[in-house]
Amino acid sequence: MAVTDAKPIVTRRVGTADSWTLKSYLADGGYTGLKKALSMEPAAITQEVLTSNLLGRGGAGFEAGKKWSMLAKPRPAYVVVNGDESEPATFKDHMLLENDPHQIIEGTIICAYAVGAAQAFIFVRGEFALGMERITAALNEAYAHGAVGKDIFGSGFSLDVVIHPGAGAYICGEETALIESLEGKRGFPRIKPPFFPAAVGLYGKPTIVNNVETVSNLPWIVENGGAAFAALGIGRSTGTRIFSLSGHVERPGNYEVEMAKTTFRDLMEDQRLGQGIRNGNKLKAFIPGGASAPWFGPDQVDMALDQDAVGKAGSMLGSGSVVVMDETTCMVRAAWRITRFFHRESCGQCTPCREGSGWIDKVMRRIEEGGGRESDLDLLLDVCDNIAPGLGWPPRQTTICVLGPSIPSSVTSGIRMFRDEFLLHIKEGACPYG
Amino acid sequence: MAEPTDTRPDTVTVSIDGRPVAARPGEMIIAAAERAGVYIPRFCYHPRMRPVGVCRMCLVEVKGPRGFALTPACFVPVSDGQEIVTDSPTVKKAQDGVLEFLLVNHPLDCPVCDKGGECPLQDQTLAFGPGETRFVEEKRHWAKPIPLSPLVLIDRERCIQCDRCTRFADEVAGDPLIEFVGRGDHIEVNTFPDLPFSSYFSGNTVQLCPVGALLSKPYRFKARPWDLEQVESTCTMCSVGCRIAVQSSSNRLTRYLGIDSDPVNHGWLCDQGRYSYDYVNSDQRLAAPLVRKGDELVESSWGEALGMVAKALDSARSVHGPGALAVLGGARLPNEDAYAWAKLAKGVLGTDNVDAQLGDGLPAEVVLGLPRATIDEACSAPAVILLAPDLKEELPVLYLRLREAAQKGVPIVELTPRRTGMSRYAKATLCYRPGEVADLARALMKGTKSDVAGVRAADVSATRSLLAEGAVVVLGRPSVSEPAACVAAAAAELAAIPGVRFLSALRRGNVHGALDMGLAPGVLPGRVALDDARDWYSSSWPTVPAERGLDAEGILHAAAAGRIQALVLLGADPVADFPDHQLARRAVAGAGFVVALDAFLTESARQADVVLPAAAFSERRGTTTNLEGRITSLGQKIVPNGVAWPDWMVAVELAARLGTELGFESTEDIWSEIERVAPSHAGITRDVLADRRSRDGVVAPLAEPAPQGAVPAEAATDTTAGATTDVPGDVDPMSDPGIDAAETQGVPATAVVPDPPTATGPVSDEPRPPLLAFAGEASPVPSAPPDAYSLRLVASRKLYGTGTLVQRTPALAALAKPPCARANPTDLDRLGMGQGGRVRVRTARASFLVDAEPDPGVPRGSVWLAFNSGEPGTDGPGELIDAAQPVTDVRVETP
Repeated sequence: MAVTDAKPIVTRRVGTADSWTLKSYLADGGYTGLKKALSMEPAAITQEVLTSNLLGRGGAGFEAGKKWSMLAKPRPAYVVVNGDESEPATFKDHMLLENDPHQIIEGTIICAYAVGAAQAFIFVRGEFALGMERITAALNEAYAHGAVGKDIFGSGFSLDVVIHPGAGAYICGEETALIESLEGKRGFPRIKPPFFPAAVGLYGKPTIVNNVETVSNLPWIVENGGAAFAALGIGRSTGTRIFSLSGHVERPGNYEVEMAKTTFRDLMEDQRLGQGIRNGNKLKAFIPGGASAPWFGPDQVDMALDQDAVGKAGSMLGSGSVVVMDETTCMVRAAWRITRFFHRESCGQCTPCREGSGWIDKVMRRIEEGGGRESDLDLLLDVCDNIAPGLGWPPRQTTICVLGPSIPSSVTSGIRMFRDEFLLHIKEGACPYG
Repeated sequence: MAEPTDTRPDTVTVSIDGRPVAARPGEMIIAAAERAGVYIPRFCYHPRMRPVGVCRMCLVEVKGPRGFALTPACFVPVSDGQEIVTDSPTVKKAQDGVLEFLLVNHPLDCPVCDKGGECPLQDQTLAFGPGETRFVEEKRHWAKPIPLSPLVLIDRERCIQCDRCTRFADEVAGDPLIEFVGRGDHIEVNTFPDLPFSSYFSGNTVQLCPVGALLSKPYRFKARPWDLEQVESTCTMCSVGCRIAVQSSSNRLTRYLGIDSDPVNHGWLCDQGRYSYDYVNSDQRLAAPLVRKGDELVESSWGEALGMVAKALDSARSVHGPGALAVLGGARLPNEDAYAWAKLAKGVLGTDNVDAQLGDGLPAEVVLGLPRATIDEACSAPAVILLAPDLKEELPVLYLRLREAAQKGVPIVELTPRRTGMSRYAKATLCYRPGEVADLARALMKGTKSDVAGVRAADVSATRSLLAEGAVVVLGRPSVSEPAACVAAAAAELAAIPGVRFLSALRRGNVHGALDMGLAPGVLPGRVALDDARDWYSSSWPTVPAERGLDAEGILHAAAAGRIQALVLLGADPVADFPDHQLARRAVAGAGFVVALDAFLTESARQADVVLPAAAFSERRGTTTNLEGRITSLGQKIVPNGVAWPDWMVAVELAARLGTELGFESTEDIWSEIERVAPSHAGITRDVLADRRSRDGVVAPLAEPAPQGAVPAEAATDTTAGATTDVPGDVDPMSDPGIDAAETQGVPATAVVPDPPTATGPVSDEPRPPLLAFAGEASPVPSAPPDAYSLRLVASRKLYGTGTLVQRTPALAALAKPPCARANPTDLDRLGMGQGGRVRVRTARASFLVDAEPDPGVPRGSVWLAFNSGEPGTDGPGELIDAAQPVTDVRVETP
């Protein structure tokens, strides 16, 4: 395979002058998708999105159109756009918020019109100061332009959009915790059932929660048709998608490539993309879909960026962040670093995650710092098993939300793939990488 | 949530560990399993609160579309055909894992923990957890313990974040003052900055806590649970009648714990009740009889003291007639003691000058003679009218019950002189001008086109629509500075609501029992009128009063005028409690001879000629009757310190010295006589009270027995039949307050609603006198409109005040606040004191300085002072009130 000629969709304006302004957006044909959408029946828009088979870009990869179709009957209903991107190595929404906020707003309104929402909320990670500034300015411009508010573009459809800054918790990227936070409560994920916000969401009403990148695709899909989007990619993995490439490559960054036709190797090595492992080093392992995803080894580098293929192989594309680790990486340290993140970001609501994340963090640290014991490896696996019973994929969980089974991914991957390296730490009583 | 009172039939069948189990639709798996005798371990689950599913201890396997999955049993309702596995290796491993996780950061300092020995974490670790931990890292550390409130401390290292205390504070108490703070394994329960957990119900969180994180300040380090003995009893600090476990160590009370009585308290207690045990332990308790020698009260013997009392009673009666004798009080005595004193006063001495209330209640005819409701009936009524004092301040657990009802949709309508703790949950709060409540009630019944009693006509009309389906009226005295006759007249108006029933909101612990026992003028024991029951009682009592006597106000006026030669105070302190303090002082000084039976030397007792030390709560046996008329047993846990006697024994001894045998040697003897002679109590034998099915008490009078053959005996018991009839024994280590919990301290979720006992038919063929009926003839006292320069006084109580029992309870005494005049900001603005400040309050008879605070909950034209604040004789609101005036208008001035 190779990198295809498919044109970028959501990042096509990134890097152009003043891309975040209304003037620039209109010059590039902005809000024509919305105008077209407002002339369509809402159900027809949903149909186009179903046809496009746009998969959610937030992590779970659920079909956006299907989610919309599941919206329960009671009204009012709400649309919430999840811009709380906080996972280490994921930085695509960050870029979209800063560089193309009007595209997000346009997508949000299209979504709200399609599902009949009374109001929309864009929840932006609190640390995105520039992103907040730009999308707030863009929203003001959009109101002035008549694209948001009463009687949008004279269509009779009215919608208010509210931008809400997050308060610094990773867990608020989990959609039910985000809803709790929007309601002014602690960011605790809601326990299931009810299973989906589409049934019971914000203020107890049916709610569609979509990721920033997901809604950013909507203007293009409305304008060009769902079929045009579905023509890109293979199978269920349609369209183009942003991959946040980070770690030990020569040229880390956000790359929007056609799904399923591009491979991890293309992403890492293509001259237009990652340009290879840094300093000519060898690939040791990579994380295919963010900090929660189990790791892959060099033997899996030719796998396509295909949601189902990666899932079948025991990991996930997740939020689309690919972390590359070369031969100089201490895998114990890498796994510990990720565990520590989950420990610090566990909300503390349910027992296995609250206590398990800290326990694993402390054991991993001890091993990395030379105080490990051989029995620690079995202990780690068993503690992980008590959070994600069976340690299989897709994971099962004893916790309320999926942050729980995200914790073991790095530790179990590390022990499974690099057991000798763990044992070396224990035997030498020190980290061999210094 | 699982409804503990749920009586819906089991129409769903699930399989638990391969066994078919019948369950109720909507019931959580954990509750259905428990009823079937399968205990699923848990920490966060509590049947009286919303499930949250956070501790993960109750994970079981439930079969879903994708096979068996670990599922929290407290959060998933049963569904027909559901397959549940609670004992598989997967479940065991998950439970082991959760317990090990819970102990990761738990300090395991059980040897120095109050909870050690009665700790659900300890118990369930032994029962379900791994033998030892594999955790060798450093645990989380916190400063410990820190105060959440003056009564509750928290040791955050022990906390397992089960959300029970925080849910209780928010959902049950309505005081969301404690919350989770922080994140992950550094999450802690704490207050908001500078806002203590000053809830009247804070002590419940200590009892609810499944570990030793929340600690009672007064109990901390006082005892180990295994050293405690306990009896079941009823709290008598107010008249709600919450069931409690009374615990002691070495003849000293150490703790009260709430017991879940489904019709009454749901396991909750207010802090006043919970911590009141310490007044019994007070070193200020009277240790010996005192007799007056000149200006001084000196210690004496029972023989000498009783001799003096008997002589005074005898000579007063023989010289001046029975009308020169009077008995005040008795509303804090058990039923048996109240009956013994009623018999002595009315049946031996022949006086009807007897009143258990101190001018702050309602006439017995109103309380006993209107159709009565239970708490449950009020909570399921089409509407509830509160014509009562602030329930949160005076009957706190009734407030909790009605608050819950309001949140479930029962509309509450308040007729009140100021906004109360319930106002935020009420559909309508009609703030009337003190003295004019009967006009408001009439307008509510008949409609009005003009404003009435300071309430807008439109508000009255809007409220009328809420009462179309009927109502339960919660009836008490919203303010003691407004006459009882006004409230009685209002009640007479409201009695016209179709199907109306009344729930009394009189405050003192056993005031309803005392009225039942005849401690009121014009009535005899068993809720009968003196004139109706004279013949009935003449066959069992030596005498019966010839005519209706005086009530408390009449007695005090007579005493002040020198017409009472002997005044008996039965645990009554009129100088502090009667609304008109000056009258009470003149009366106690003017009475010929005063004898006080009390546990403490109260203001009134200081003026007495003889003071007899009385046994206190938990030192005596007997029964008590709550505001519903529900009779429960009081447990004796300790023996009185020193020589205190129960009051009934004093009555027996005095009668003997007057030449009459009352005929009792024990409280059991007295109860047998009550059951025999008191018409309302017929059939409520000691056996009925002791019956397992009477664990929540027996409401008097008993229902008429069902006609023979109307309901087949089998069908009658079928409602609780089937696999769930048997209450599993002590299957739940978390439900029991205390370590050797009685069987009756059961599991709410599994509680089987017992058939109410019914009367077994008349015990004698003699026709009984009819029970009292309120004729509705009370006429309101017309009051002059307030002048433009005065504010009309509202005097009602706060929970913590200057009362004897609170002030003798060290943990509570400091919670009483100094007096404060609360008035509408507009009225204070007129004085140029919009922000509050020091003011002078003045009536014709008194004037003193108090702090004033703006309070928008007090309507314009009124001023509220807590009646139980300030010093009697100095700045107590009772100094302002003149019992001869229908209302009290107060000048509020800058000093």
